[in-house]
Amino acid sequence: MSKVKSKVKSEAREKKKSAHEPLFHVAKRDRIPFWKSILIRFGAVLLAIAVCILFALIFADVSPDMLIKSMVDGTFGTERRQWLTAEALARLLGIALALTPAFVMRFWNIGGEGQVLMGALASVTCVIYFGGKVSEPVLLLMMLAAALLAGALWGFIPSFFKALWNSNETLFTLMMNYVAIQLIEFMLVFWNPKHPNMDPLPHGHLNLFPSVEHYGDELTMIVIIFAVALLMFIYLRYSKHGYEISVVGESENTARYVGISVKKVTMRTMALSGLLCGLVGFLIVAVFDNSVSTETAGGLGFTAIMVSWMAKFNPLVMIGTAGIVAFLDKGAACLNTNLGSVQIDNFLTRSMGENAPTGIPTDLPNILVAIILFFIVGCEFFINYQLKFRKFEFGSKKTERKEEAK
Amino acid sequence: MSEALLNFILNAIPVGITLLLGALGEIIVEKAGHLNLGIPGIMCMGGAGSCVALQMMAGSKLHPVLIVLIATIVCFLVGTLMGLLYSFLTVSLRANQNVTGLVMTTFGVSMTNYVVTYVSWEKCQYALPYFRYPFGGSIWQYCGWMVAFAILLTLLVSFVLKKTRVGLHLRAVGENPGAADAVGIKVTLYKYLATCIGCGISALGGLYYIMVYVGSQEAYKSIEPMGWLAVALVIFALWRPVLALVGGLLFGIFFVANSYLPTLFGWHLGLEMTYLLKMLPYVFTILVLVIISIRNKKENQPPAGLGVPYFREER
Repeated sequence: MSKVKSKVKSEAREKKKSAHEPLFHVAKRDRIPFWKSILIRFGAVLLAIAVCILFALIFADVSPDMLIKSMVDGTFGTERRQWLTAEALARLLGIALALTPAFVMRFWNIGGEGQVLMGALASVTCVIYFGGKVSEPVLLLMMLAAALLAGALWGFIPSFFKALWNSNETLFTLMMNYVAIQLIEFMLVFWNPKHPNMDPLPHGHLNLFPSVEHYGDELTMIVIIFAVALLMFIYLRYSKHGYEISVVGESENTARYVGISVKKVTMRTMALSGLLCGLVGFLIVAVFDNSVSTETAGGLGFTAIMVSWMAKFNPLVMIGTAGIVAFLDKGAACLNTNLGSVQIDNFLTRSMGENAPTGIPTDLPNILVAIILFFIVGCEFFINYQLKFRKFEFGSKKTERKEEAK
Repeated sequence: MSEALLNFILNAIPVGITLLLGALGEIIVEKAGHLNLGIPGIMCMGGAGSCVALQMMAGSKLHPVLIVLIATIVCFLVGTLMGLLYSFLTVSLRANQNVTGLVMTTFGVSMTNYVVTYVSWEKCQYALPYFRYPFGGSIWQYCGWMVAFAILLTLLVSFVLKKTRVGLHLRAVGENPGAADAVGIKVTLYKYLATCIGCGISALGGLYYIMVYVGSQEAYKSIEPMGWLAVALVIFALWRPVLALVGGLLFGIFFVANSYLPTLFGWHLGLEMTYLLKMLPYVFTILVLVIISIRNKKENQPPAGLGVPYFREER
């Protein structure tokens, strides 16, 4: 009997050897402890920073301590810089918050840029036609209403077609961005063919804190956006709407089964998403720019997608992720001013010969941000999945156990 | 044919071909079930990569054919590398495709602006006639060998997708990776290869735009919008290469129309109309998107697995 047993065992082993078993396989994790997921993300960011430092060292001749010093200096160096960083954070956070309800619903709204621009355009339109004719508070209210409406409309249109005929919302919202951009170009030339770059308009300026010296504008933005963040957190976590959104996001069939109208929720949520984007557009116009251009949103509509996604759609965590991106952006921008006249020596400048420019190109910050984002995007894998490495005794143990059962 | 009309068409063609190359690559990627929003970045990188190669070869005694060949291959490889990065993140690490694509665009565009600071256009200009061969200098200059190459490539891709086993497998991977896996198609391999080759082809669009159409340093700044138009063109063409050729030309016509309408028909439109005409490609794309979803015909739909990461154990 024992002979037979050992024979079976060795045969099984033989089989295991001949069959190709990969070195590791990927398995989905059920749940990951919170500290572990934080640790993975932290590790990814550290790794990303290391790559950034290497990149800066090789391509731009920037030493690591210079890089880090410039980053910190650029973000927190002076009082003014601190305010500007906080304001950049708020701006980014505002758009990310606006996109979040749509994302929770698994509706890929990448049209934030267009929705913000439409809000801004609507506000400016109000100022141009009513500025000076009505009192400032009335004008501001009109701007706000117009911006909210325009943003909501820009968000509602794709969701209408998604809800009724299941049009691909990613591509639809993407296209809406460019329609909005061209519309702004059109309006700018329409208003002033000879001078399409709009000067700041004299009316419709919003400042809730005129008593605060110098930084009343920034404070206005920050206070409003943080209030929105808190409200959004409550809306998604504790309201009936928020619950419906998350059910639709998890499974449309479940939603239908429990009597949630998926169409209604889709359209309502996207209108809300667009509305909030419109609000940010209004704030940018009323508080800061007092004018509109295709750069009003400045690509933040796209960056905000990453901010929202990195925070796993949690409005409060989003304050942190928006902070990281704002820090990178403002910090790295400072590199340019600090290293204005350094002669850089790499293979590119060498092939250029004597005409090589000095200093660091203005786009280095964006490259560093992108590198860090690559790592953050990639590290999600290790949170959702785990690698199971091949165990060498695995096969034989299993057969043994089977035999014992016999 | 009046000269104005000929000029109009000859100027619409290069825009169309740029978009065609970008869209052709994106079609291949999307057929494998991956929505790559990094195309604008990849097109930028392709253009920049080839310019760096051309600058390094400046003044060397290489044969022009060799120079063109090396620049084209470098451009393709840069695109492929970007594609490799994209597919590693989205196929192997199953990262969100939209987010990854957008990061790719950020990276590609800023990297291009960075690299281009170190490219002096005077050192690349020598290659312009090579890329515009054999029409350099005449009004036909935009329609050189690269146009023929792009059209041939379109027909080839169309043939491979429709008529060959590889194409069938690729479409299966994009429609239903689970089923494709079950019949023994190597899903991961197909996704990787399709993404890499597709991104390489898209990168050629950037090369064409810089070296043939615009031919100046300023070109880099305007590639990104071209990339987004290329993404739009994929939808407009219903994921079919040959339709992308027709659609690309149509988009090109809208793009340059306003400069030619006065001389052609005596219509004097304001400058602002340029922007409305430039809006038309996007509006048409939206219309196509809406119409195909309302008509709901199977052969006109996006690949069913588009944007959904494939995980074997999740079936």
